[in-house]
Formats: sequence, C-alpha cells, structure tokens
Amino acid sequence: MTPRQIKAGASHAALIALVVVIAFPVFYALIVSTLTFRQAYIYPPRLYPGTELWNNVVDAWNRINMGRLFFVTSVISVGAAVVKIVLSLMAAFAYTHFRFRGRALLFPMTMITQMLPLPVRILPTYELMADFHWVNSYSGLMFPFFASTTGILLFRQFFLTVPRDMPDAARVDGAGPLRYFWDILVPVSRTNIAALFVIEFIFMWSQYLWPLIVTNTADMRVVQIGLKMLIATDQISPAWNVIMAGTIVSMLPPLAVLIAFRKSFAEGIAMQTAK
Amino acid sequence: MENVVEEEKFPGHPLLPYLLILPSVAVIVVFLVFPFLQSVQESFFATTAFGTKSVFVGLRNYERLFTSPDFRASAVATLLFAAFVMLVGLSVSLAVAHLLNQKLRGQGFYQIALIWTYALSPAVAGAIWALMFAPATGFVPYVVAKLSGGYLMNWMTNGSLALLVVSAAATWKMLGYNIVFFLAGLQNIPEEFVDAARVDGAGPWRTFWDITFPMLSPTTTFLLFVNMIYAFFQVFGLIDIMTQGGPGDATNILIYKLYRDAFLYLDTGAASAESCVVFVVISVAAIIQLRFATRKAIYAR
Repeated sequence: MTPRQIKAGASHAALIALVVVIAFPVFYALIVSTLTFRQAYIYPPRLYPGTELWNNVVDAWNRINMGRLFFVTSVISVGAAVVKIVLSLMAAFAYTHFRFRGRALLFPMTMITQMLPLPVRILPTYELMADFHWVNSYSGLMFPFFASTTGILLFRQFFLTVPRDMPDAARVDGAGPLRYFWDILVPVSRTNIAALFVIEFIFMWSQYLWPLIVTNTADMRVVQIGLKMLIATDQISPAWNVIMAGTIVSMLPPLAVLIAFRKSFAEGIAMQTAK
Repeated sequence: MENVVEEEKFPGHPLLPYLLILPSVAVIVVFLVFPFLQSVQESFFATTAFGTKSVFVGLRNYERLFTSPDFRASAVATLLFAAFVMLVGLSVSLAVAHLLNQKLRGQGFYQIALIWTYALSPAVAGAIWALMFAPATGFVPYVVAKLSGGYLMNWMTNGSLALLVVSAAATWKMLGYNIVFFLAGLQNIPEEFVDAARVDGAGPWRTFWDITFPMLSPTTTFLLFVNMIYAFFQVFGLIDIMTQGGPGDATNILIYKLYRDAFLYLDTGAASAESCVVFVVISVAAIIQLRFATRKAIYAR
C-alpha cells in the first residue's frame, strides 16, 4: 500500500466512526421504538429491534392526534417558507436593480432583523396577536416570522452575480421590470430558492415556544408540542417505546425535505459563504 | 469583489422599488420594531396583579432583576450553556469538516450522513437524549455503571450533570448545520494558498493554523453568532422537554425564565426587562459579527 492509500484508509475509518457516533442516539431511539413497554425497561438495555414498531407508531399517532398536528405544522412551514422566499426575492430585486431614495436602508434593516429575535419582543407580539384576534390562527402562528434577513442577503448576493446585460437585453426586447423578474430572474434563482426553502421549512417545523404561546386548543397545536404532550400524558414511567415512535415519525418531513433538496442546499450555502 | 451596480436597470419606474420592499418593511415595522419598542416601554412599568393598571417605576424592574439571585443563577447557566454549545460544537464541527474536505470516494454519502442532524428540532434532540440518559434504564447510565463499577448516574437529581447533558444534546443537534457551513467555507479557500504553504515546508498542523483557520474567520464568526442565538433562544423546546429548568434551577436558562416570568407568573415588568437585557447582549454580538465580516471582506479584496 502506498502512503496515499493508507491516508485515505485512515480518513475513511475516521469518517465512518464519526457517522456511527453521531447517528447512535437516533439508532437507539429507533430500536426502542420497536419494543414493547416492558422490553424498553429491560436491564441491560436491549440493542436489537423488536416487532412492535407499527403498533407503537399507531399508538403515538392516535394518542396525540398526529394527523391534525402534521396538517397544521405543514401548513405553517410551507406557508412561512413560501412567503419569506417571495418577500426576499422582491426586496432583493428592488435593492439590486433600482436606484431610489432609501436604498441605503438595506443595511439597517438587516441589522434590525438580526437583533430582534422573537424573545426580545415576545410579550407585546402576543398582545398584538390578541388585538388582531389572531390567537389560535394560522396568521398568528406565521406572521411574526415573515421577516427574513437570510433570504434578502442570499438573493441580493446572487442577483449581483447575474450578468449586467441580461436586464438590458430584456429591456431592449420590450420586457418591463416585472416581466424580467418573473420570467428570467426567478427561474435562474431556483437553486437559491430551494436552499432557502430547506432552511425556512426546517426552521418553522422546529418552532416550539411561539406555537406554545399563541395557540391554546388541541386543533391548532404543532408537532413539537405534540412530542411534549406524548411525554407528559404518561405516568411515572414514560412509555419510551411510544414516545420514540412518535419522535421518529415527527422528524421525517424535515429530513425528507433536506434529503430531497440536498444538492441545492449545499450549493446555496456555498454561494452564501463565498461572499 | 462586489460589483454593486449603481446604474438604474429599468428607468422610468419610480414607484416600483418602494412597492417591492413595502411588504418586507411593513412586516419588520409591525411585527418587529413596534413590539420591541413596546417591550422597552413596558420594562419601565409594573402591572398590578390583575393587569388592570400600569404604574411607571423607572429602573425598578432592572434593579429587581440584577439583585435577584434567580436572575444571576439563570445568567450564569445561560453563559455556561452557550459557551459549551459554541466552543465544543464549533471545534468538533470544524475538525469533522476538515476531515471531510478532501478528495475521497463516497463524499456524497459522508456529507448527508454527517449533516442530517440539521433537520432535527431541538425538541426531538431533547426527547432522544432524555431517553439515552434515562436514570437506571438509559443506555448511557448503563455504560457508566459498567465502566465505573456501579456508579449510578442520575441527571434528574444532579444539577451540574443536567446542565452538561442538555448542553451536549443541544450541541449534537447543531453539528449538522455547523459542518455544512464549515465545509462550504473550507471549499472556498483557494487551493494554491494551502499548496504554497506546503511547498514552503509547513506541516499540516502549521498550514491549518497559519492559512486555513485565518481564512475561515468570516465563516467562524458567522457560526459563533448563529450558535449563540441558538443557545440563547432556540433551545427552548429542548429544555422544556428534558428538564423544565430543573433540577432546582440548574438548567433554568434565560429564555426559559423569561417564558415563565411572562406567561406563567405574569410578571410583565420583569419579563420586559429581561427581554431588553437580552437585546443588549445580542446587539453587541451582532455588531461584532458584522464588523468582523466587513473587515474580512475588505482584506479579501
């Protein structure tokens, strides 16, 4: 073996070890989700699967009405991601293609958005939702999240790399700015749009604190709160097998989105890091 | 580097740019700036028990906060927690990304197999780690008992251990995100810099610290900021699922205390003051981060 092969072999060994270590907690959770209640409490802990996966999933699904939780969470995750993408595209288009008074606002705007995460305004935001009669509604769940620094910066960065003669050519062909935006700029931004979709979908799917505050009936709860309900409804000994079945099911949609768009996601991140 | 185009691409549309930024600006003003200013205002008032009357109390809420042992304990827990997430998380992620950043077969597989924790929510991470560390029956206490000859580890009664376990769980969940960004940052470093250092006879260790690490600093600074925000706020679900701030107040980090003060104890004054304190900390971090990013951009030119 050449030194180079030895080095590659060592790298592979190290990487595989890392993959295994990082995956272990989820592997263990997966095992537990296939056991019966009593098997989950066996000592020493059992590390090979049982046969109860389907029963546990059904049990978890019915206990917290997961169908409804999935529906609500999907609506707000897709909704917020789409709205954020559209707003960011529009703002970035304005900032890169037009001269107007107040254009220098971009910088303060991004600063403000970064410095005002929900917790520094949480009580008044809740009061605002109450004034709007948005408590327990999709609007209440989504609206406070619609500002996106990440999106505006990502698209601005990308629009600046689009060749200068493209808008000129469009103008010569008689296309107005909106036509150019919709027919040319948006389609060539699809990699960035997909990357931002992944980021915002996962971000919204993971929300816990805000949905906990702004909703108060079972039919408007989200998946993350469902996990808490699954754990809290139990007696002294948690039914780990059912809890883990629910946990595993709850992480499938964001995982699927990440895997489906992984190429665009990685490229989008690379573009953002390049600066 | 940046070709900021100063010319008008579509002349004759004076109103259009305003219409395009209007929705973003409206959202920021209505849902961010306005509520925040109200937070500031409410931090100078105290509300009577039934919420019927507000009384101006000046700096009393802040005074109350800074002299309260609860708040100090919470601040210390938050700082320890955030320091762990930022330092341990970023070191491990950078090491992994560095290892991954070479020509190897199976790149695609390794990438997805190392970044998928990004898709997990903090609450999911909390549930899984609570299972792993379940006293008496969990996998980790079992291994610890085996190795130590019978030590019974129980993070539900041991405050420092609880803080360590929630920190580790939170760090684990962020590995995927950090690795993606570090890997992208590493791949953007021109190879000739690293090769030049090699030719000059620098070993891999020297090359990393003298070339790679400094050139990576915009990514590192960005990730420090993101991880800080994460450790300060986004871990709420993880704490709520794992410990609810306990045992005692060992894991009662600021966001959890803020939630309880605001929505369980209905202490509007204290909660608003806490919001403002957090705002100051975040602003300082944001400004430092932007300074760094800008300075680096100029240097790169």
